[in-house]
Amino acid sequence: MTAAPLLSIRDLSVDFVTPRGRVQAVREASLDVAAGECLAVVGESGSGKSQLFLACLGLLAARGTTRGSACFRGQELLGASPAALNTVRGTRIAMVFQDPMNALTPHLSIGRQLGEVLLDRGLASPQQAHERSLAALQGVGLADAEARLRQYPHELSGGQRQRVAIAMALMTRPELLIADEPTTALDVTVQAQVLQVLRRARRDGLAMVLITHDLGVVAGIADRVAIMYAGRIVEIAPVRELFAAPAHPYAAALLEAVPRLSEASVGRLRSIEGQPPAPGEIVQGCAFAPRCPDVTAICRREAPALRPGATRAVACHVPRIRPEPDS
Amino acid sequence: MSDPLLQVSGLGVRFPARRRRFGAAPQWLTALDDVHLEIEAGRSLGVVGESGCGKSTLARAILALVDPHAGEIRWRGAAVRRSDPAGLRRMRRELQVVFQDPFGSLDPRMSIGESVAEALDALEGLTESAAVRARVAAVLEEVGLDRSLARRYPHELSGGQCQRAAIARATVVRPRLLICDEAVSALDVSVQAQIVNLLSALSARHGMALMFISHNLAVVRHLCDEVLVLYLGHVVERGPRESVFSTPRHPYTRALLAAVPEPDPASAPATEPIDVVPGRAGAAPPDRGCVFQSRCPRADALCASQSPALVEAGPAHVTACHHWQAPEAWPVGPR
Amino acid sequence: MSEGGLWSEAARRLRTNRAAVVAGGVLVLLVLASLLAPLASRHAIDQVDWTLSPLASPPSLANGHWFGTDSNGRDLFVRVWSGTQVSLLVAVLATLVSLAIGVAWGATAGYLGGRVDDWMMRFVDVLYALPYMFFVIILTVVFGRSLWLIFLAIGAVGWLTMARIVRGQAMALRQREFVAAAITLGLPAHRIIARHIVPNVLGTVVVYATLTVPQVILFESFLSFLGLGVQEPLTSLGRLVAEGALEMETAPWQLLVPSAVLALLLLCLNFLGDGLRDALDPRTD
Repeated sequence: MTAAPLLSIRDLSVDFVTPRGRVQAVREASLDVAAGECLAVVGESGSGKSQLFLACLGLLAARGTTRGSACFRGQELLGASPAALNTVRGTRIAMVFQDPMNALTPHLSIGRQLGEVLLDRGLASPQQAHERSLAALQGVGLADAEARLRQYPHELSGGQRQRVAIAMALMTRPELLIADEPTTALDVTVQAQVLQVLRRARRDGLAMVLITHDLGVVAGIADRVAIMYAGRIVEIAPVRELFAAPAHPYAAALLEAVPRLSEASVGRLRSIEGQPPAPGEIVQGCAFAPRCPDVTAICRREAPALRPGATRAVACHVPRIRPEPDS
Repeated sequence: MSDPLLQVSGLGVRFPARRRRFGAAPQWLTALDDVHLEIEAGRSLGVVGESGCGKSTLARAILALVDPHAGEIRWRGAAVRRSDPAGLRRMRRELQVVFQDPFGSLDPRMSIGESVAEALDALEGLTESAAVRARVAAVLEEVGLDRSLARRYPHELSGGQCQRAAIARATVVRPRLLICDEAVSALDVSVQAQIVNLLSALSARHGMALMFISHNLAVVRHLCDEVLVLYLGHVVERGPRESVFSTPRHPYTRALLAAVPEPDPASAPATEPIDVVPGRAGAAPPDRGCVFQSRCPRADALCASQSPALVEAGPAHVTACHHWQAPEAWPVGPR
Repeated sequence: MSEGGLWSEAARRLRTNRAAVVAGGVLVLLVLASLLAPLASRHAIDQVDWTLSPLASPPSLANGHWFGTDSNGRDLFVRVWSGTQVSLLVAVLATLVSLAIGVAWGATAGYLGGRVDDWMMRFVDVLYALPYMFFVIILTVVFGRSLWLIFLAIGAVGWLTMARIVRGQAMALRQREFVAAAITLGLPAHRIIARHIVPNVLGTVVVYATLTVPQVILFESFLSFLGLGVQEPLTSLGRLVAEGALEMETAPWQLLVPSAVLALLLLCLNFLGDGLRDALDPRTD
């Protein structure tokens, strides 16, 4: 990594205090997002992928605590005051969620909500806000932008709402967009349109973190992929390298478990036996050990650390491919 | 040649639209229009489509949870009607369902053992006894759950385990046809694969037919012998799996297949892909002509005036498109 | 049908709510006192103590009248506790009656929907519109002031709100997939209502019931205040308050003591009801 990363996360842990005791949602996660790149964060339920980024933006639920560091362009985000976070949230880092209705206020028109993003922060005059709102809607491929500005969220379909949410996120021309399962709730044809919008947004140099469980979506848009399991990052690699030759057994198993359209595959899907540990479970050693086909004695004793290499990092005692050391 | 298990002909289902002016004629929302399908014993049919296509309504109509306003449903040759409770009871012993939400489909106040036993009670009239407990334990093991989980409640189990319990409840009476309404859509990828394998195994072991409703084309390709594509309540294509997936004959099917992102960076488009199917699913169907005309790049005057009938485009492969024989206008090719 | 899972979970949550636990404890003490005190005391509820002059005497440990006496010289300690007994009895029985009718009515209307629901709920609406107070007064005038009549009258009206609440819950439950699953198992409507709808509304019902009991006690007190409550020699907290109010200036303890017990009872029931609602709501984290 030659240039300084845009977002640098080091040993970030997220804990929740529940009546049943302490639950570790994220354990010592470390990763970088470079300017202009698209990093996909892949994991199943309980992997902690959403909590990781909610923690960075100070959006955790009340009972969550964080440890570690998350630096955005040198500014520490963890533990920062709400005022300090607000200089970054929504302006330089934007977030889009799975359900666009979370971002859109039902009783305000689209135009009003888009305009507020700029007007509230004093970033533009009302006239400028209107023009930029129009441009934003056109930029996400919504036809008839002028009419759309007057509409209300409930008058739009799910895909259209999501595109408005993305437009809102991009209004302040942020440097980083964090998208948490943005297309999971959408039909596949609508998903294709929304992904296209995201690809187009990247052309202007926008960096993106795409949180998803869908490996197909990852393949079409990501530069690098981070795979999370039970709160830990288990592998980070460039997308082609990961799909061609995954190093971590979980990554390999996940790729094999995904049914593909292109194969006339008949017979059993290669599934992973068992299930991920429950959120509060204390794990001894590697969390994937009970399900891992390559498990050895050391895996059950010691949790592997994320070992960085030249292009990829793996957290495994017996990776299928040993990452070349950084020279 | 015995009767097919399930025969649906000309099925139409509509719902009253929300707003009704006092005294005005009722407005209808057509969920399904002129749907034909057949499922033979031991075979599996995949029903695909996006939101608003009517696939869940189709499942509910077949299960006699809603009344069709047109057409008929035949189970093993006998007509199915909600007004015929005895006939319905016979059908329910042989036709069961697994729903999408694993937690929602089990009563939160009953242990999963009780939920499974309820199926035996309702469909075979067996009340609580050692024999019932044994059968419950046996079917739980068959779906991959430890028999000790019979005492657990849904909120204590994971999504995958709950879905297995739901499958146990549905299959304990050995139905001839199992309808899976988005049964794996709410599950993680690794668990999805387990459940798909389980359904496949159960189907093979007991000769059970499957009707697999899903928006996930890859899973359907893996699991089903035949595929049916729905758009806004109309059947637009139907045929054997390989035929439909390798040579789709309807523009909507082609668009659906093209839109599915493949987990393979090498096959991802290097250049900007063409706008795939402008417009959105779920819009109101047009009054006349082909139901897909508003989004089809090849729609012409014929499409606007005449609704295409299902025509044969290959062995056992039908499509509802006037122009299915013309060379494709889109560069997006079949897979 | 064993209900282990969710109820024990709720019980555990309730135990962590200190206010509810304390309230529950105090409530148990009050109930025990109301049952045992009249037995333990050597005064009867209508026994006049002629040794006192004036007859109405303030609370004192010396003469054995710990709460004092009323204007007729009857021991207030015994009267307050047996009055509490009566108030609780009326409240609990009336609530049970309204619960039984309300749950059955609401669950059936909500589940069946359509015309049946329309008719059943219009009936409820009509009853709601009746001037309840006049209805009870007419009943008591016609049938006399018996204890059974009181709680029947209260219960007969209390079920209306319960029915509305349960109907709303039943309508929501009807959309859940486990109800669709039960229908596809071929279960008839009455079994679905009994086995699947009612157990799943019990959480709300229990909470609402604990909040209804104070309302019923207050209502009974109000009836007593009007002179329509329980007959002599039985007494209730409401009657005592009514009688005490008349002597407020000369013998304030006659008002203060029953009022204090009444207030404490209502407070405990409300805290407990709040705690139950929080405990039974599965949405907390």
